[in-house]
Order: sequence, then structure tokens, then C-alpha cells
Amino acid sequence: MIIYDGTKDSEAYKTLFGRVMEEICAEDPDVVYLDADIMNSIGTLAFHKRNPKQAIDVGIAEANMMGIAAGLSAGGKKPYVHTFGPFATRRSFDQSFLSIAYAGNSVRIFGSDPGVTAAFNGGTHMPFEDLALMRAVPEATVMEISDGAMFEAVLHAIKDREGLTYLRCGRKNYPTVYSKDHSFTIGKGEVLREGSDITVIAIGLMVGEAMKAAQMLEQEGISLRVVDMFTVKPLDTELVLRCAKETKAILTSENHNVIGGLGDAVASVLLESGSCIPFKKHGVYDRFGSVGPQDYLQEHYGLTAEVITENVKALLAKK
Amino acid sequence: MTQQQATELQTFAARIRLETVKEVGIRGFGHIGGALSIVDLLAVLYGAVMRIDPKNPGWLQRDKLVVSKGHAGPSVYATLGLKGYFPMDWLKTLNQPGTHLPSHCDMKLTPGIDMTTGSLGQGTSAAIGLALAQRMDGNGARTYLITGDGELDEGQCWEAAMFAPHHDLPNLTWFVDYNRKQLDGDTDNILPQLDIGAKFEAFGWHVQTIDGNDVIEIHEAIDAAHREEEKPSCIVMNTKKGAGIPCIEEIDLNHHIVLEGDILEKALECTKSVLQKLEGGQTV
Repeated sequence: MIIYDGTKDSEAYKTLFGRVMEEICAEDPDVVYLDADIMNSIGTLAFHKRNPKQAIDVGIAEANMMGIAAGLSAGGKKPYVHTFGPFATRRSFDQSFLSIAYAGNSVRIFGSDPGVTAAFNGGTHMPFEDLALMRAVPEATVMEISDGAMFEAVLHAIKDREGLTYLRCGRKNYPTVYSKDHSFTIGKGEVLREGSDITVIAIGLMVGEAMKAAQMLEQEGISLRVVDMFTVKPLDTELVLRCAKETKAILTSENHNVIGGLGDAVASVLLESGSCIPFKKHGVYDRFGSVGPQDYLQEHYGLTAEVITENVKALLAKK
Repeated sequence: MTQQQATELQTFAARIRLETVKEVGIRGFGHIGGALSIVDLLAVLYGAVMRIDPKNPGWLQRDKLVVSKGHAGPSVYATLGLKGYFPMDWLKTLNQPGTHLPSHCDMKLTPGIDMTTGSLGQGTSAAIGLALAQRMDGNGARTYLITGDGELDEGQCWEAAMFAPHHDLPNLTWFVDYNRKQLDGDTDNILPQLDIGAKFEAFGWHVQTIDGNDVIEIHEAIDAAHREEEKPSCIVMNTKKGAGIPCIEEIDLNHHIVLEGDILEKALECTKSVLQKLEGGQTV
């Protein structure tokens, strides 16, 4: 059930991750969680101290971590790995590509602090390209988490999933979108709000911004449909095409470079289907990350509900 | 080890060499230098050491081998074929369209290959993962890892080298094929490896240095590694690139060579001759 009202989740995602990872490891002795010296930042250090055999701190060696995870999978285990998004993707890309994906191993990679949520760690730690990289890995599953209920459900759901699964999620809490009992299907987007004038297809941080924009636009008589496309790959093409047909305009919105992410994925589906509706990619326009508070960075890169409303109006003017 | 056992392993090695030369010779080119330098090790591992069942390559309790220098595929395939993992006819298909035997080892394509390798250095971490999984299963199985010496240029090797001793993996044995050559020439001229054994000792490994083209020394070193109950083992193997076939050994840049015409004939003659002598009860 969709329960969005703008209130943030009460549990920070770094607390949630530690709690849920420990539950999953307790349920299944074949699960191993690996981290690259970021356990204290993601709420798993106490778990590691309680169970160092299933929660292994590899040290600051992401390439080694991905390779070990690949070997654990080849040995019949179910590894989850975590580090900050840039290190989980671009720093260790060949290891994920070859030792995990190409080799047919199954590893769940969690890259935390996507895009502007890296905030005070700054541009070096701010991945606007991780989705693009991981989308390019054949057969990979690529997801962005938009609230705590989804994070918990997805962490459980990917335990037995084959192949490379990448998910990005902030460490702090976003606005609550889903009830705790909401059921998710990987590869199927969620229609959070019906609307008839235009669809905003958003992921992660931008889901809450899109819902806020929908409320703002409602005051002006604009009916916005909001879709949470939490699985970027495989993309729910059926839902994209249905929204194109029914609302006849689409805006994508992502806390990521507009090159290679959600917007490009949706654009490909629209163009290849012959759809000529007004369309725009909203996100970070080919820029590097930078340092500052998250609200400042959202303003700086235009990742706000206000900018979504401006884009919506510009697209509607083309209808 | 008895002389008879040693002769059996030498004979197995000679068969692997002959099949490797035939296999690469059909295509006419390939990574033969580094494939040949580890043949004696492959003969010992598959002839006398590893707990395996070629009829059941997916057996969960098996020992595993990661050939991180994945370009050594041709000699690994020859070994697996001779052990019965797949029909010997497959050896005629190296690098052909649709083959089960690609240039670099691929666990999805070849029965008996325990890890996909080819991007150098990556097999080191994967071998650790396999050894950790075996430890979790508590079934006494072991993981063996082969890297090149030039491969140690890759930083990932040293990330792996730091990890294993700290995580109690005496079931892991890492062989360094110290043939002193890499693609562009002598390792001493490109990036000198210096004292590899001392490096591993400093990282906390149980280290032995042996003649890596001598089946008796290899077997004894593996026995000693098995007796070590706390540390992972590193066996630095002094080898020759192209080992066992003088006309290939003497080629300066023999990482990847054209193997056709006269040189193919000479290599075949040489390997057949060694095999005949061993089968006739002579020592070589």
C-alpha cells in the first residue's frame, strides 16, 4: 500500500541494513556479508563482532572483495557486499564484470550514498555514473531503493537471485512511500499515484521529490502520474509504454547523470517503440559531484520537486 | 614417492605436453609458453593430489583449482581431457567458434574448470572465496591457485596475499610459476619480482621454493603444505617458460607464438620422443 505523506522513515537505512543483514545471515548459514572497512558507517560493525564468519571485513580492498565474493558464490555461498557506491562500481568494475557476472557467479552488491546523498564526503565519493556502469554489465539486475520498506523487502528478495545484482541506496532516511507489508516484484515498477496529464518516472531520492511535485501541481490543476521504477534493469517496458499511451508525456527523474541511467533506459524504450510523445530526462547534466549539505547539493544540481514542476510544465507546453 | 610413482607422473606430464602441442598446433598459434611451464604441476595435482571426480565435475566436496593465469588454458584442457572430464576430441576445437575450450579458462564452458580467469590477478581473490566456502562447509576440501610471476605486477594479488593469512586458510595453496618471463620480455627488465618467497613470508604465508618442473619436488612441497595447519602456503616454483620442449624454451618472446610448420614438427617430435622413452621405462 502507498502511504506517502511526506514524513520520513523513522529508521535510518544504515541501521536498517545492519538489522536486516543480521536477520538474513541468521536465517541462512550460506549467506556471507563482506564489507571494505565501511562497517562502522553502515551499521554492521556490531554484527561483525558477533558473527565474524558471516560478516567479513575485507579491509580497504574492493577489488579483492569482489573477487572473494565471486569465489564464495562459486563455492555455493550467497555473498552480499557493501561499500560506498563509487568503490562498489567504478573502482572494482572489472572484478564485478568478469569474476562475478561473466563467470556466472551470483553476488549482491550494495553501493551506498548514491549521488548527492554522499553530501559531505564530496565529489570523490559521489557516484552519478554507477547505474550507467552496472547497466552495461550483461544480464545484471540494477535497482535503486526509494524507502525503508522497499530496502528491507529487496534485501530479502535478492538472496537467491542469480547473477550480479546491484542496488544503490542512501544511508539516511527518505520519505516513507510504502507500508511495511507492501509486496514488490523485481522488474515491475510501482505506480504511486495515478494521473492523466503526464508521468514522472523516478527512482530513489527523486521518488519523494516527484510525489511532492505532484502535490504542488495538483494545486494548479495538473494531474501527475508518479511511477517508482526501482528496477532500472530489467526495465518494466510494459509500464513505460502504458504510461506513454495513457498520459502522452513522460519525464524521468534521477539522482544520477542523465547519461546512462534511468532516463536513457526509458528513452530507448520509447524511441524503439515509435513513440513520439514529449519526453525529458531530469537528473544531473553531465557534471561531477561536489561537497556540501544534501539540501544544498539538491538545489545545486536541480534535484528538487520545484525543478520537476518546471520540467513538467515545459513538457506539457509541447503536448 | 617411489621411482615408479615419479615415472607415472612424468609420463602423465609428457602426455599433457604432447596433447597441448597438438591442441595449439591445430589453430597454429597460442599462449604456449606459460601453458607448458605449469605442466609438471598439473600432472602432480591431477595425477596424485586433488580430490576430484572427473565424472562428477560439480561434486561439492571436491578440491578446486584456480588457474589465475587463465591463458594457460591449453595445458589445463589437455590435463582435463586426459583425466576424462570431456571427450579428447574437444582438444581439437581450441578457440574455434562455439568451442568449450576458449583461450582463457571459463567455468561456464568447460567441465572441470573451477573459476573463470583471464583478467590477471583476479583468480587470487576468487581462490580465497572458494577456500572460505570450503572452510564454512567443513569438508576438508582444498583450493589450489596458480599465478604467473608477471601476474604479480597486478595489485590485486597483494590484496589477496594480505587477506589469506589473517583469515586462517591453511586449505589454500598458491603456486607462483616463476618462469621469469612475461609478454614483453624478462620480468627482471619490466618489473623485477625480486625475492617472491620473502614477500610472501612477510605477508604471513608458509613459503617453499622449489624446481617447478620436477614432479618429485612439487609433490614433496604439496605434502609439506598439507602438513601446515595454520598458514596458507605459497610454493614459489622456478620454472622455464616453454618447459620440456627445447625449441619453444629457446624462443625469446614465447608467451604467445605461431606454432606451425617446422617448429610444430620439432615440438611434436620432441614431446613424442620423451613420452616414448618414459613409456619404455627409460628415465628422462
